[in-house]
Amino acid sequence: MTNPFVMLRQTFSQIGRNMNMTVASMFSITAILLILGIFFIILVNINNISDSVQENFGKVQINLLDSVDEARSQQIMAEFEPMEGVEGVSFLSRDEAMENFKKKFGDSADIFNKLEVNPLPNAIIVKVPEIENAEGIAKKAEGLEGVERVNYAQDAVDKLIKISNYIQLGALILIAALLAISIVVVSNTIKLTVLAREREITIMKYVGATNWFIRGPFLLEGIIIGMISAAVSSIIIAVIYHQVISIFGLDFALLMSTSFVTEEFLIKNLIVVYVALGVSIGSCGSIISMRRFLDT
Amino acid sequence: MIEYIDVTKYYGDNVGVEGVSCRIDNGEFVFLVGPSGSGKSTFVKLMLKLIDADGGKIMYNGYDVTRLENMEIARHRRSMGIVFQDFSLLPKKTVAENVAFAMEIIGRSRRSIRRQVPQMLDLVGISGEAHKFPNEISIGEQQRVAIARAIVNNPSVLIADEPTGNLDPETGWEIMRLLEQINRRGTTVIMVTHSSEIVNAMGKRVIAIRDGKVVRDENEGMYRPEYDGPDAGADGEVFEL
Repeated sequence: MTNPFVMLRQTFSQIGRNMNMTVASMFSITAILLILGIFFIILVNINNISDSVQENFGKVQINLLDSVDEARSQQIMAEFEPMEGVEGVSFLSRDEAMENFKKKFGDSADIFNKLEVNPLPNAIIVKVPEIENAEGIAKKAEGLEGVERVNYAQDAVDKLIKISNYIQLGALILIAALLAISIVVVSNTIKLTVLAREREITIMKYVGATNWFIRGPFLLEGIIIGMISAAVSSIIIAVIYHQVISIFGLDFALLMSTSFVTEEFLIKNLIVVYVALGVSIGSCGSIISMRRFLDT
Repeated sequence: MIEYIDVTKYYGDNVGVEGVSCRIDNGEFVFLVGPSGSGKSTFVKLMLKLIDADGGKIMYNGYDVTRLENMEIARHRRSMGIVFQDFSLLPKKTVAENVAFAMEIIGRSRRSIRRQVPQMLDLVGISGEAHKFPNEISIGEQQRVAIARAIVNNPSVLIADEPTGNLDPETGWEIMRLLEQINRRGTTVIMVTHSSEIVNAMGKRVIAIRDGKVVRDENEGMYRPEYDGPDAGADGEVFEL
């Protein structure tokens, strides 16, 4: 069998000798990974927004008349608890509601402090994970005694989710296209290193090296190039994302009522994606570029 | 023993070789002659299974080369050594490393590499140049390195593709003496050449190929420029395997 150390030694001397090509390959993979990374960020954040929208709007808020006492509100809650599609029923007192309001509006919540009476009603929150079930619950609630008003936002949520689905699909298609392009780019770059070493490959073939022995160093080279590119891209994306969050983070949170995906979460996932992509781009690229030399 | 039995190879509409039958016994020294494009290259490529035959059999050591599976091809090639007209040395490896390379890639141990490489360099008469790079030695010495590399794994057949084509006559003769010496150790030598001087002086078997067919097969044969193409002397055609 082939000695793995011989192959490893070959790989490193190969990378060293073809430094220009190696660097060129790394540049192209890194560039592609960065573009992919930006799509990844967009995708993850859209996902996050649509999750939080579901979270925020996946509920029916039943505002109660002031005349409703605790016993009656317990009765109303009991009406919904056993219903299909209901995840939970909770009571939101007007004081809690005010606290939430203040939290959400932060510094501009001063105006609420000046109010002498809390204008918010007590409410019952029915959590409905599947937004389609909200309508039935709302209808039922409207008919009950002691209910002032029922709030839910089906149309808006539906639209938002549809839009985010389209955006996600679009991003995935773009990512797939970019991946295909990147494999072509990398295989062409590696083809140049293969061409530069055509003589060596020919000699190896004639002397009786197995195809895998010949392919091995190139494959390893592709994988190493891919890993280094993945590392470089991760660092660049981390820096960029940090900047974006520190500049736009607050505005975003106010606008979308949810924050950006945390840096930690993003980087952790992105590194996994990058290493997987880098390695597969690198190895596919080298296998494709070697094909014509090893068909016999 | 290598036996071609009615071997045929076409490249599209062009004939590579057609109905070639001949037998080369172990330990023979054979010249393969013929004009450019006559089929010598195809003949050799088929033996190494670098291309697939369209018909016929090539029997070698009890198996049919034309039917080798992918995994067996590498092993098959290890039983043959090849010397190219342009030496095909790796410029960034030293003389010793070039020879060791052939052993490394078939997975020989470091110990046997350390033992055998100096022996080989000694055999081909360049033991003093072991640590020089190919561009630091003469072309005659480069061809010796190529021969050392070709025989270091003890092949039973040595294929030499115009090994003297790029050499001046005197150096060419030194190489011929070396090939003869290797042949005397029992290695079958098949040499492609355009040099009438060498063929005629050596008095070995000559297989002449023309238009893809074996047109002459003579023991102690002669080179016939009118059939075998112009005598190339020191600067032969570039014969690409």
